[in-house]
Amino acid sequence: MLTRSLDRGAAIFLAVVAACGILIPLSNLLLPAGSFLQVPTYLVALWGKYVCYAILALSIDLIWGYCGILSLGHGAFFALGGYAMGMYLMRQIGTRGVYGNPILPDFMVFLNWQKLPWYWYGFDMFWFAALMVLFVPGLLAFCFGWLAFRSRVTGVYLSIITQAMTYALLLAFFRNDFGFGGNNGLTDFKDILGFNVQAEGTRAALFALSCLALILSFLICRAVVSSKLGKVLIAIRDAESRSRFLGYRVESYKLFVFTLSACMAGVAGALYVPQVGIINPSEFAPGNSIEAVIWVAVGGRGTLVGAALGAIVVNYAKTFFTSGMLAPYWLFMLGALFILVTLLLPKGIVGTFNAWRETSKERRPAASAAAEDGVTEPKMAEKAR
Amino acid sequence: MPTNLSARLCTFVLSLFLIAFALPAFAGPFEDAVAKFANDDYSDTDEAIGVVASSGNKLAFPIISALQDGRLMADPDSKKVYVTGTDGKSIDAATGEPVASVPDSASAVRLNNRLRRSVDAALGSLTLQSPDLGARLQAAQSVFKSHEETALEPVEGALAKETNKSVKTALGEARAAILLFKSDATEVQKLEAVATIKARGDQEALALLSDIGTDQPASVTKAAASAIGSIQSSLAVWSTVQNAWYGLSLGSVLLLAAIGLAITFGVMGVINMAHGEMVMIGAYTTFVVQEVIRTRYPALFDYSLLIAVPLAFLVAGAIGVLIERSIIRFLYGRPLETLLATWGLSLVLQQAVRTMFGPTNREVGNPSWMSGAFDLGQITITYNRLWILVFTLAVFMILLAMLRYTALGLEMRAVTQNRRMAASMGIATSRVDALTFGLGSGIAGIAGVALSQIDNVSPNLGQSYIIDSFMVVVFGGVGNLWGTLVGAFTLGIANKFLEPVAGAVLGKIAILVLIILFIQKRPRGLFALKGRAVEA
Repeated sequence: MLTRSLDRGAAIFLAVVAACGILIPLSNLLLPAGSFLQVPTYLVALWGKYVCYAILALSIDLIWGYCGILSLGHGAFFALGGYAMGMYLMRQIGTRGVYGNPILPDFMVFLNWQKLPWYWYGFDMFWFAALMVLFVPGLLAFCFGWLAFRSRVTGVYLSIITQAMTYALLLAFFRNDFGFGGNNGLTDFKDILGFNVQAEGTRAALFALSCLALILSFLICRAVVSSKLGKVLIAIRDAESRSRFLGYRVESYKLFVFTLSACMAGVAGALYVPQVGIINPSEFAPGNSIEAVIWVAVGGRGTLVGAALGAIVVNYAKTFFTSGMLAPYWLFMLGALFILVTLLLPKGIVGTFNAWRETSKERRPAASAAAEDGVTEPKMAEKAR
Repeated sequence: MPTNLSARLCTFVLSLFLIAFALPAFAGPFEDAVAKFANDDYSDTDEAIGVVASSGNKLAFPIISALQDGRLMADPDSKKVYVTGTDGKSIDAATGEPVASVPDSASAVRLNNRLRRSVDAALGSLTLQSPDLGARLQAAQSVFKSHEETALEPVEGALAKETNKSVKTALGEARAAILLFKSDATEVQKLEAVATIKARGDQEALALLSDIGTDQPASVTKAAASAIGSIQSSLAVWSTVQNAWYGLSLGSVLLLAAIGLAITFGVMGVINMAHGEMVMIGAYTTFVVQEVIRTRYPALFDYSLLIAVPLAFLVAGAIGVLIERSIIRFLYGRPLETLLATWGLSLVLQQAVRTMFGPTNREVGNPSWMSGAFDLGQITITYNRLWILVFTLAVFMILLAMLRYTALGLEMRAVTQNRRMAASMGIATSRVDALTFGLGSGIAGIAGVALSQIDNVSPNLGQSYIIDSFMVVVFGGVGNLWGTLVGAFTLGIANKFLEPVAGAVLGKIAILVLIILFIQKRPRGLFALKGRAVEA
């Protein structure tokens, strides 16, 4: 019964995301400006940002909700993906920068650098940058996870060292001589694949791409968690030692899912940067990563739809409250959200909703329940096959 | 304008001629110069200051300092100049003879800004003989740095009269510096000078010896080179000592911030992300105490910290108990959720303080016994850092004693080691939890009092310590205060030794990376609790 309701939830979610991904760009581009149904460009960019956050939330839910790894440093993977994309966009500026240097980005000219550092090579090619978006966060997560999981660093210890990791990266990226623009970061982008990043068409396309990426991420996560591998992950979440004693290589499973999750976060960051137009070290701030965790908690950890929904709901609320009279109270609300969700709503919105539906179904008369079972059975069999 | 200027120049040149030829009646250049004060002309006064200051006459200092204070009286009619002492008695400036009274026609010699600078400069070399010890020392130091040949005579004069040991050393060094650079000094004098400067042995001595030039006798060059070598090696030792001191100081700050965390984390397994905010609340308590004292009882300012310490403990401790009873109590056994809830709490507390006290830094003063510094060999130790180290160790000892000798301490240790067994033995674990959390928070509050002395008191104060304190606790091992002590000082010292090599930020990154690697080797820290209960 649970499988079916989740399936229906997932289907609705995917349909809604796909519809948004198609309709919003179309309405933005085709309808005349000022028309009631036309979505203004700034909203397209804003919602594009939410969609990227939703991908980040999915990646956190995959490891936290299904494998019990609470990473407080996932913002680092997000930011690294963003920096990889930002480097590509910087190289695309070419001679249109303030200093007009064809090779060096403005900040390097400003710092009197003569040569492009080696780690900037190749970022003028989109395919290379796209590869790095996956590769850099993935590599960091792999190395970090390999060290951490092999020596059985778990629970809060892992959370704290992931936080230290993103903090160390924050400090590093703030340095000018690190070669990533110091505290100004990378900005002033012009083109992506030859299209102007500011243009409405590009923004609409980026939004549609973000929706597509969200759908793909969702499907990947879904495939992972509903596979045999996913069952092992849940077993590790609930009883790590027992899974180990049963003969599963716990660290390999964790390492796989952690790396996958980091790659997804990297993609989210890469889509985020051209839509926001800037990437700077503050994305590494430990607070950002923890905030991303609360999106998942609000939506419902262990439910993929919930994670994505949580990210969108919380960020919508953030935009709503921080732009008006209530701005000074936003942090109170965010703080209260952390406390209340963990105290009163540990399953999150979607989790609580699912649990409520379940109990209400169980209370139904036995006859109708039996009928439902009849309906469900073939489906279950199908799944088992 | 130009005509005006040239006219002025003409008068100036004319007056110079007048002085040079019309007044040859005075005895020596000193008396001559003193008389010029009576001309009431800025240029003349300037010239007079120069001559008097370099005359070496024992009246020079009283004259110039009287000039600075407006106590130098000049009679334009008789061209006589008098110094009125601060005690009201007057002397003749040229001869030093006491006079019964200054004539009514005399008026104070006037100064403008340019002259005030000349007066200051003149006093600089004259203060070598000032009655104030600090002023003499400073003057000797400045001569050492400038090593002007003209200063040799005053320095030697001062040296002959000086009785204070440290000033005498400083003067000797100043003399050596001058001799070393004086072209007509003998080789023996120069060798002696090198030895004296070598004995001084600091960065300035090194700078002085490195720039003696090539026109020195071979023996002097050689002696200087060997002196440079020996100074450098002794400076290297001192810089190690200095790094160690800075490391101890940083370690004490880390310990202070982490110690409360170690208790709550160790005893209750609770990750309190709002710990930094308890520190911040302690700092703001200090601010409030000082504000009250400033407005009501200014005399008590030196005791403000003594008052703030217990208050901060109570305020932060009470808030801690409140948090435990209202939030954390419901989250036991769910450490990750506790982490999130306390993070949310830290946001709320920060914003609350921001709303109440404003987002900017608040001024918290140092009491007199905490400001200032003293020198130990080649390093300078500030009193506030020293007191914080002492205070930290005291807090640590008290806490250790409390855990060992009080009933609550016994109960806390029992709960740390085996919660369920302790509960079976009749210990009210929930009460212990509340008190432990209160104690941890209270100690964080005390830490805030100390940190308010060296850091900016702002709503973000706690944020800057939270990651570091977690690192200390994780590194040192949970449930063991000694681990926290060793962890804090190790990290502090390691940080300060890496800083000169790698720079402040890279040093910090290196430390974080090292801790991450260290945790791989010892996932439960340096001093891990052993036993099955820990694994549960």
